[in-house]
Amino acid sequence: MSFLIQQTLLYAVPLMIVALAGVFAERSGIINLALEGIMIFGAFIGVLFVRSMQSFDVFTEAARSGDWLTLQGLELLAMLVSALMGAVFSLLLSFASINLKADQTVGGTALNMMAPALVLFLVRILANQNTLQMATGDAASWFMIKKSTFGIKKNVDIGFLGETFIHKVYLATYICILVFIILSIILYKTRFGLRLRSCGENPQAADSLGINVYKMRYAGTTISGALAGMGGFVYSLTTANCTANGDVAGFGFLALAVMIFGNWKPLNIAGASLLFGLFKCIAAAYSSIDLNGDGIYTLANLGISSHLYRMLPYLVTLAVLAFTSKKSRAPKAEGIPYDKGSR
Amino acid sequence: MKNTLLNLYEKDATKKVLASLISILIGLLVGVVVVVIVGLSKDTITAAGIWDGVRLIFFGILSKGRNAAGQLVWGYNAQSLGNMLFRATPLIMTGLSVAVAYKTGLFNIGAPGQYLMGTLASLMIALGIPSTNVPAGLIWILAFLGGCLAGALWGAIPGMLKAFLNINEVLACIMTNWLAANLVTWAFDVSNFKNVLENTKAGYIYKTSYNGVATPKLGLDKLFPNSQVNGGILIAVLIAIAVYILMTKTTMGYQLKACGSNRHAARYAGINDKRNIVLSMAIAGCLAGGGAALYWLSGNTEFYWSTYQSLPSIGFNGIPVALLAVSNPIGVIFTAIFMAMLDIVGQQLTGLTAYNEYITDVIISVIVYLSAFSLVIRMLITGKRRAGASNANAEPPRNDPKNTEEGGEQA
Repeated sequence: MSFLIQQTLLYAVPLMIVALAGVFAERSGIINLALEGIMIFGAFIGVLFVRSMQSFDVFTEAARSGDWLTLQGLELLAMLVSALMGAVFSLLLSFASINLKADQTVGGTALNMMAPALVLFLVRILANQNTLQMATGDAASWFMIKKSTFGIKKNVDIGFLGETFIHKVYLATYICILVFIILSIILYKTRFGLRLRSCGENPQAADSLGINVYKMRYAGTTISGALAGMGGFVYSLTTANCTANGDVAGFGFLALAVMIFGNWKPLNIAGASLLFGLFKCIAAAYSSIDLNGDGIYTLANLGISSHLYRMLPYLVTLAVLAFTSKKSRAPKAEGIPYDKGSR
Repeated sequence: MKNTLLNLYEKDATKKVLASLISILIGLLVGVVVVVIVGLSKDTITAAGIWDGVRLIFFGILSKGRNAAGQLVWGYNAQSLGNMLFRATPLIMTGLSVAVAYKTGLFNIGAPGQYLMGTLASLMIALGIPSTNVPAGLIWILAFLGGCLAGALWGAIPGMLKAFLNINEVLACIMTNWLAANLVTWAFDVSNFKNVLENTKAGYIYKTSYNGVATPKLGLDKLFPNSQVNGGILIAVLIAIAVYILMTKTTMGYQLKACGSNRHAARYAGINDKRNIVLSMAIAGCLAGGGAALYWLSGNTEFYWSTYQSLPSIGFNGIPVALLAVSNPIGVIFTAIFMAMLDIVGQQLTGLTAYNEYITDVIISVIVYLSAFSLVIRMLITGKRRAGASNANAEPPRNDPKNTEEGGEQA
């Protein structure tokens, strides 16, 4: 059971944070279809950062002696760097869709094509293969928090909660949850948040009250890019053993679906991403899920083809969209370039 | 009066062509910049290596490899040119697919999925019907039509979701893409078309020539010796012309375009908008599926069946092909050939330099990015500095249906 919860969280948390990235962009009036591309780019930057930092003695020494504070610091730093570069990458979208009033769908698609191309081009030159890995060791030995991190012996049982939330987890997961909460509060309880949302609903009215719509939209997409970049790295760290290969398996698009399903509201998105995380987890690890701890892998024994399990997240997404799209309420002005002259 | 109108039209057309050419040029220049930066920052790449890379980006199609002294040799390369035409064949089809949908106000990012379903159907038919009983030519036709039909059905799904449930077609297309990737893997996994005879070909499906089915060469192999080119390119060109006629000269094409420019106005005029949205996506899917059939029925291509983790780039590259051609079916022929040329350039780069083929994807993505605001480029050409509101609204058919829809949702 704790395995199931942990695995679900691993998938749900990046999904949640990237869906929130979508919210920030769309609430300011920009459709950010490029989430997938920014994730790919962020994952690459994060892994590249970790890889190049590993050549410094401080970190190799820390890994050898088990100085976990330094290592967690490195993880946080990598998250920060990938967020930063994700924000920079998203400026391409902001520039095209805000300043040049370009078609946002096409602009986003361009970024989605550009990120894997650029990443694969560089990875192939850097590593002579299609996957960029850590220079030494793996994500589990460097960054995973285990019982031994706190000096607890392996065979000591620390209770269900402890086994689930402290043992074999990543700090990144909790940081993401924290960031998610803080940003949700900012979106709803601050002046900045209200202004941002107003630009996605009625930019003309916002402008008439002295809000700079262009600035707000830049803020929205930049925050969106930062979150997606960070989410990309967290995804690659926690589910792909800190490797980057120019692919996040449609996760950015799933996040968009989560956002629509969650009706552009943070709390609903958190719930929706847990649901999707569960299905993604079943698709990825159904053969090793032990529901009640009796050593029998129920799902694998059902005799259902693995192909069907892999289709599940996408099928569920379509079904969920079909049932909720009639009720969904998108920001009114999303996707429309703001033009001061038009009414 | 008629003359001036004609001139005006010509001017507009030339502007569009110019804008596309400028996008291509900027895309290539970005590719050059990336090559130079990477080359300078990497010790193993020499100045001569950078210079070779830059030259190959522009003239890779005319490269004949390296001579004994290690110098690049240039000249007419029939094999490259033939392969370029062969690779352009499916690109014309997926480009048409995206273009038709775009004309009707839909963004068909589902071409990869439709292409995969076309692959599935055409390969299953081409390998499944024994050529001992049925003439190979008939099997070929059946397989081609099967591919078209499968693509059309797969394209109709997001169309229906869009028309009846108002689900964003981009999201629906992406989900159906991944569903198709899994479905195709599943179907071939349980099929007995997996190549078990040659053990170097594990993971691949038999060539269709294994069953005696192959697209006729129509003499093109004499023109381009040693290349993969076949009659498929001519079929693709004919289909492009047919699509042009369909979209500009028929009532159906007019109705489709009317729904694209304004769904609600079209309905007011008595056009069944829902039917037309589904129809448009079905036609788009049909074209993408047909493209897959033309590619895999050639008899010398092998399909890697375990494809659930990746989507075919030919499908995605239909987007830049259509955008560069400004959704003009005739233009699609030329832009597809250009994209195929970039493909060959990528191969040359991988084979002859320290760089790899992904640089061409970078170039393509820059071109897509630029075509997102091709209107601005076009306006820069004419010298009109300010993007007037009326102008901006009049030009792209894309935004209008979306806006009204979002408005309609609230009601």
